[in-house]
Amino acid sequence: MKNLKQIINDCKELAFDLNFTRAKKWKAEKDGRVIVGYTPIYFPREVIHAAGGLPVGVFGGGDRKQIIKGDAYYQSYICHIPRSIMELALDKHLDDFDGFIFPSICDVLRNLSGIFKQHKFGKFVKYMDFPQNFLPQIGGVFYQQEMEHVMKYIKEINGKTPTVEELNHSIGLYNKNRQMIEFIYDIRQEFPWRLSIEDVYHIVRAGTVIPVEEHNEILEQVCIHIKENIGEPQDKIKVVVSGAFCEQPAVGLIRAIEEAGCYVVDDDYMLGSRMILGNIDATTNKPLEAISNAYIKQSQYSSSIYDVDNPKEYRLAKIVEKRGANGVIFASASFCDPSLLDAPIFQNAFNKMGIRYIAFQFSENINQFKVIKEQVGAFSDSIKLWEDEPVLVTK
Amino acid sequence: MKLNLKFNNMSKEAIKEKSMILQKEMVEGLFNDLANVEKTGKKVCYTFVPGNLSELIRTFDMLPVYPEINALQSAMRKKSGGYIKEAERNAHSEDVCTYVKCDVGMMMKGNIGPTGTKIPEPDVLLLSYTGCFTFMKWFETLKREYPNAEVVMIHTPYQENAEITPEMTQYMVNQLKEEVIPKMEKVSGVKFDENKLKGFLKLSAEAEDWITKIFDTTKHKPSPIDAYFAGVYYIGPINIGFRGTPEAVEYYKELYSEIQERIRLGLGPVTPEGEMKEEKYRLVVEGPPNWTSFREFWKIFYDMGAVIVASSYTKVGGVYDMGWRHDPERPLESLGEYCMNCYTNLNIPQRIDLLSKCIKDYQADGYVTNSIKSCNSFSAGQLGMMREIEDRLEVPVGFIESDLVDPRYFSYSNIKNRLESYFQMLAQRKMLEKQEA
Repeated sequence: MKNLKQIINDCKELAFDLNFTRAKKWKAEKDGRVIVGYTPIYFPREVIHAAGGLPVGVFGGGDRKQIIKGDAYYQSYICHIPRSIMELALDKHLDDFDGFIFPSICDVLRNLSGIFKQHKFGKFVKYMDFPQNFLPQIGGVFYQQEMEHVMKYIKEINGKTPTVEELNHSIGLYNKNRQMIEFIYDIRQEFPWRLSIEDVYHIVRAGTVIPVEEHNEILEQVCIHIKENIGEPQDKIKVVVSGAFCEQPAVGLIRAIEEAGCYVVDDDYMLGSRMILGNIDATTNKPLEAISNAYIKQSQYSSSIYDVDNPKEYRLAKIVEKRGANGVIFASASFCDPSLLDAPIFQNAFNKMGIRYIAFQFSENINQFKVIKEQVGAFSDSIKLWEDEPVLVTK
Repeated sequence: MKLNLKFNNMSKEAIKEKSMILQKEMVEGLFNDLANVEKTGKKVCYTFVPGNLSELIRTFDMLPVYPEINALQSAMRKKSGGYIKEAERNAHSEDVCTYVKCDVGMMMKGNIGPTGTKIPEPDVLLLSYTGCFTFMKWFETLKREYPNAEVVMIHTPYQENAEITPEMTQYMVNQLKEEVIPKMEKVSGVKFDENKLKGFLKLSAEAEDWITKIFDTTKHKPSPIDAYFAGVYYIGPINIGFRGTPEAVEYYKELYSEIQERIRLGLGPVTPEGEMKEEKYRLVVEGPPNWTSFREFWKIFYDMGAVIVASSYTKVGGVYDMGWRHDPERPLESLGEYCMNCYTNLNIPQRIDLLSKCIKDYQADGYVTNSIKSCNSFSAGQLGMMREIEDRLEVPVGFIESDLVDPRYFSYSNIKNRLESYFQMLAQRKMLEKQEA
């Protein structure tokens, strides 16, 4: 078994390999394999896996890719991720990808799917319309048709239609994947010093660009390591980070929040990998229906899911309570409509509930965090110094 | 007979033609009805223009309120700036849809509508959610402001593959049957009457025929109308609840007749400062207009002799020029298809094809994008569209930026400078073409 440091270093390399080397190597190893890129937030990767494909997260170039061509496609008042993804495509980073899926999340990524179609990137481009109707017999059926549409595209490339057994096998693998990620978060809830949130981020993000079987092996090893009593506790408050579910903050920012005096005990950075809460039934003879039911009934709250029957502010408040967090950091990508339009809803509710929060905006390519660090530090200090309840996390 | 929209000058009272009077009567009637709901007991339905289910709302005898229409009217009355600031003081970001903030600000200031009377609270929030994700977020916000309102959501699938599949239509019909109609019955206390709906849909198709003919008159040279700046008035009745009424049909018939008279006389469009004397440039415009400085914005164009012969914005409440019509024989399917067929529910290649067709059919000299800062449904992808249209048709393209209802983002000098440069380029091109000919 590798030591934790080695594992984390491997994950760091994988997570930000903008040439997607591992995925391309995997594809080259056997005929009939396809790579399907997907953008945030969530796509049921089980479907691609069962069809002989490798789902690969395309989350932009972050602060690792200079944007030149992509800027010619997007005005200054549009968020950064579409120009970053365009840059990756135009610079041929995505050339070996067979198809692209754009899950419905906002108008910007929806329209980016059209630009990809216009440029004829890949063999197919699919805007995946997730249902906003949450009745299984209506929205659920529509969702299954959307998944079948994706399977049809893949079949046109490799001729493969996955069997029920193959779909259930894939569901099982991703169930295991989510279980282990949740285990890491659960351990960190009590012992956040055992693994920094930056490390967690790298480990989870690495799983979006490699086969799930390989990622599960990594996670198994991480879980073993963090069961041990490692690391030293520091005088920090616990926070939940919310709002950064699409365009990803630079790793420096993720690190800066913890350096400024906060243990991040939950977040939505890589929400797609954690979207389904609990397991999807891997034993039915209708696996697409099982995936659909899980999305409808077991999804995490999201700024892209109509929430009238299940208000998001209460769901986030429950996460805060469950994790024993002292407050929330709302981190929204600049010009991110879903996140920014949710801000007043969350903040008005939290004012009434007495949940402390701060809010700031970021952009994936910005790596100057002095102001944010000061803001987070002041937030941490204000809680540590003036709250009645002691917040020192003890080992 | 004279065309509507005739003004003595920009500061004086407009001379109103018959069609304009008809429209005014319709709108005033609606606001009077809204002001009297406490007496009449009529139920109020908040909904949006793109994908509006006007005929269904009428079937249940409800009165529609369109928050984005309130916002643009607030802008034209110079009130939106204050409303937006009020919303921003309450955690709304500077960088999101200004329609939302204007609406929220107006609500915080007492919800006084354009006629000076309070707009009643909604009994039902009907979200048909067509082509704009922000609508969904907007109604999440409204639901929290109006906790007693029934929420009806109909998720409209996007034409991601440039088609409406039978599955998409069935999804819409299922939602209408199992969610929308039962909830509307519950709120209104009115039983759903399919024959009544069919009657409205028949009239809708008739109004859609007329408005298609009206926008097609820009094929004439000079164009008798401006299909953007005046077009936004023409689409009023069909978009804000009157589609499906005899009044709307009468309005469009009258308008068409007035335009025919202008064609017979060889007249160009009417502007706020009178008839446009010479048509120098014919343009197709993509994107919504700026509402806070609407007249100044328009003036830049007509001062330069530019007339808009087609625009994407006038298709935001329905695309009729490709032949689609409401069909009383397929009432629910038809409502679903209507929602899926609005402009912003078309994918980017479809939008490019549609605008390219307009440029060719209406013999446009140029293509201008008015990119709206806070409207990603339109703006995201516009630069790619512009590039493709330029390559495909070799037509000169222009690009300006403004906002819907936030006066801080309308820079008259910048826009005027850019457009003047653009018109110089068009003039140069025309001169060269003339020389070559």
